[in-house]
Amino acid sequence: MAAPHPETWLKPTPAGLHCIPGDFYIDPVRPVDRAVVTHGHADHARPGNKAVLATSETLAIMRARLGERAGGSLQPLRLGEAVTINGVSLRLVPAGHVLGSAQAVMEWRGSRAVVSGDYKRRPDPTCPPFEPVACDVFVTEATFGLPVFRHPPDGDEIAKLVHAAALFPERAVVVGAYALGKAQRVLALLRRQGYDAPVPLHGALLAMVELYRSLGVDLGPIEPATGAKREALKGRIVLAPPGATSDLWARRLPEPMVAMASGWMRVKQRAKARGVELPLVISDHADWDELVQTLKDVGAPEVWVTHGNEEALVRQATLMGIRARALSLIGFDEEEG
Amino acid sequence: MIRFAHLLDSLLLTPARNAKLRLMEEYFRSVPDPDRGWALAALTGALSFPAVKPAQIRALAESRVDAELFRWSYDFVGDLAETVALIWPAREDTATNFPPPPSLSEIVTGLRAATRAEAVEAVARWFDFLDATGRWALLKLITGGLRVGVSARLAKTAVASLGPVEPDAIEEIWHGLEPPYTELFQWLEGKGDRPHPGEKAVFVPLMLANPIEPGEMEALDPAQYLAEWKWDGIRVQLAARGGERRVFSRMGDDISGAFPEIAAALADGTVLDGELLVVRGGEVAPFNDLQQRLNRKTVTAKMLAQYPAFVRLYDALFIGGDDLRPLPLRDRRARLEAWYAGASHTLFDLSPLIPFASWAELEQLRADARSKGIEGLMLKRRDAPYVSGRPKGPWFKWKRDALTFDAVLMYAQRGHGKRSSFYSDYTFGAWRDGELVPVGKAYSGFTDEELVKLDRWVRNHTVERFGPVRSVEPGLVLEIAFDSVHESARHKSGLAMRFPRVHRIRWDKPAREADTVEALTKLKT
Repeated sequence: MAAPHPETWLKPTPAGLHCIPGDFYIDPVRPVDRAVVTHGHADHARPGNKAVLATSETLAIMRARLGERAGGSLQPLRLGEAVTINGVSLRLVPAGHVLGSAQAVMEWRGSRAVVSGDYKRRPDPTCPPFEPVACDVFVTEATFGLPVFRHPPDGDEIAKLVHAAALFPERAVVVGAYALGKAQRVLALLRRQGYDAPVPLHGALLAMVELYRSLGVDLGPIEPATGAKREALKGRIVLAPPGATSDLWARRLPEPMVAMASGWMRVKQRAKARGVELPLVISDHADWDELVQTLKDVGAPEVWVTHGNEEALVRQATLMGIRARALSLIGFDEEEG
Repeated sequence: MIRFAHLLDSLLLTPARNAKLRLMEEYFRSVPDPDRGWALAALTGALSFPAVKPAQIRALAESRVDAELFRWSYDFVGDLAETVALIWPAREDTATNFPPPPSLSEIVTGLRAATRAEAVEAVARWFDFLDATGRWALLKLITGGLRVGVSARLAKTAVASLGPVEPDAIEEIWHGLEPPYTELFQWLEGKGDRPHPGEKAVFVPLMLANPIEPGEMEALDPAQYLAEWKWDGIRVQLAARGGERRVFSRMGDDISGAFPEIAAALADGTVLDGELLVVRGGEVAPFNDLQQRLNRKTVTAKMLAQYPAFVRLYDALFIGGDDLRPLPLRDRRARLEAWYAGASHTLFDLSPLIPFASWAELEQLRADARSKGIEGLMLKRRDAPYVSGRPKGPWFKWKRDALTFDAVLMYAQRGHGKRSSFYSDYTFGAWRDGELVPVGKAYSGFTDEELVKLDRWVRNHTVERFGPVRSVEPGLVLEIAFDSVHESARHKSGLAMRFPRVHRIRWDKPAREADTVEALTKLKT
């Protein structure tokens, strides 16, 4: 008997992508009985599921963010190990997005589908790299699914940041960075370039940075920005959540220069419209070239494209001779980039 | 080219003037000749190339990228130059024998020698060796107008800091220089002599007036001063030397192209100071008419007839080749009057002197003056030489009292630098048929304490947010002071104000009692 096509056993539903024979959902957007969570970002790891299966790092992040509401029972699964759920084999494979992030590799009756969650391909000192897995259907994100998005080497972007802080010794450079993943990556990249000064952090970033450290990721010296003297913040690189850079909070900083670490910063007019003086194109999502390269690496004859600029990536896959369709999944946040 | 591209990129995103100066100064200090000179030429608008059309640029991109993918991308980015810069695919053969990216000099000299078709080909070749920011900067160079918020004056100020010399010292020699300005940089860095301005029609930085403060007047002796009307036009310097004839703006920009009839009217060896106006049948036309003639490279015969330019002269720097600047004003004025009487003039007249015996008498004259084209009074010491810059003491401007009206706050935008977390830029409106119509913007006139209160009010009364802008409930009245108001087709209200600023915050006044567009229209000059 020929292997069943994944579209017969893996279906988009209003609650999320449903594996029918395994009776579990991947990154469900409403509470379900059994959830497989690819990573800890709020639009993928939602509260209120009865049972949650994820990497132990993702579960730790969910517990820290959601507390009791993280889920009824939390089951960790090591990267690379497989479990069988109602005859469906499930394996978690590194996605390279943030600490704990994984792709869900599912096999049923000889047919294999991979749901990549969010991913990137370039090295990240805070998490293991993406591993391509050959499959029949590859489900890919498309946050930066337009050929205008090409992230430059992250070392160059960090060099710009360090240079700006040195050029304006009377100002503070405040970098908008998401609390989970981006903030820790920016810290790790700064350390890699030899920047060893303590980095003042907005209060909303402290908990997740501490969690990363407790999970063994070295991020160098940090200190709370709140309570620091204005004078002491001159010439410093300060990290804050993106919203806070223009908030009342930023008033404690001496003539703040607003920087933003995001793939969206590639578009200058977008940076200018947000009042960003120093755009840093640093993203935890694959850029266009990485998306295209990944389609080649996994070699899947069929690709489903979700959240982001689906149309252009569907067009590109078609040009590459791959069957492709846009998967309309709701509830994913495009802003985080 | 990489350094220049990074400079443009930073300048675009940096709003503060001082930070822009710092960025440019660092660039001019660390980039060698001739690249930095070409950069200075680009920033001061001294370069021009065969114009490459947007359609040619789009066609260029579609020669490398699938048209549908290009369309999706253009939809998202919204700007053609930026889309093309970002979408250009990297070369496959990057591993070996990869030449370094072209220098700015290589690009500028290449483009200056190219025809339009050759320019497009060259751009395609350079694109392969530049990164996205480099391609974006190249597109800015060839499509004209950098639009990074830097005036020619600001770029020269940054260069002057290399000396350091006063920016006016650069202006004095600027028009005798040619890009890439190697001798200028040599001089500023102490490696060469000051470039000689030559016997050309170079700009001599203007002598400027200080505003007179209340109470300052009593200490001055009225007999030592000449008084003139302060005309509401633009200050110009007319220069005819070494066979060249030019009209310079207040900042030293050459605007001869927009005012060819004025430029042509002077005899050689003459440099005069005056006010450029549009005058019809002996009447000064509103400032708005003059604006129709500004910012043009050339003018049509129709424009010349419709908006006749005229210069009201008040000082002479050179006449008959003599440098009059060291002479006292009364002597310069006598030379100017003698020169004026020596021929008949259709495009010039002399700014009349206002006889007065006491400050009280002059104050009365100033209070009565609300006729067209008068902004207030000028007071100039009879014995003062012509000194470039803004020396304290010899010249004062005494503006007539500002007009005021009550407006309603409509939008607030975040400021920059020190004000980056404050909503400090305000768009205000006036009522028309029960609706608010925006009539202007103000950024100043309030204290730091008032700014804190205004900011809090904006945050507590926000209706909608658009990036750094918030729209607010119509609930706060701002008393706006302004110098004058004119017709303007560009604004929805049909009006444009000059120098609006917040005069008082009327926390007490209900918004519905603020002024109407109609009331503002009545204040028109």
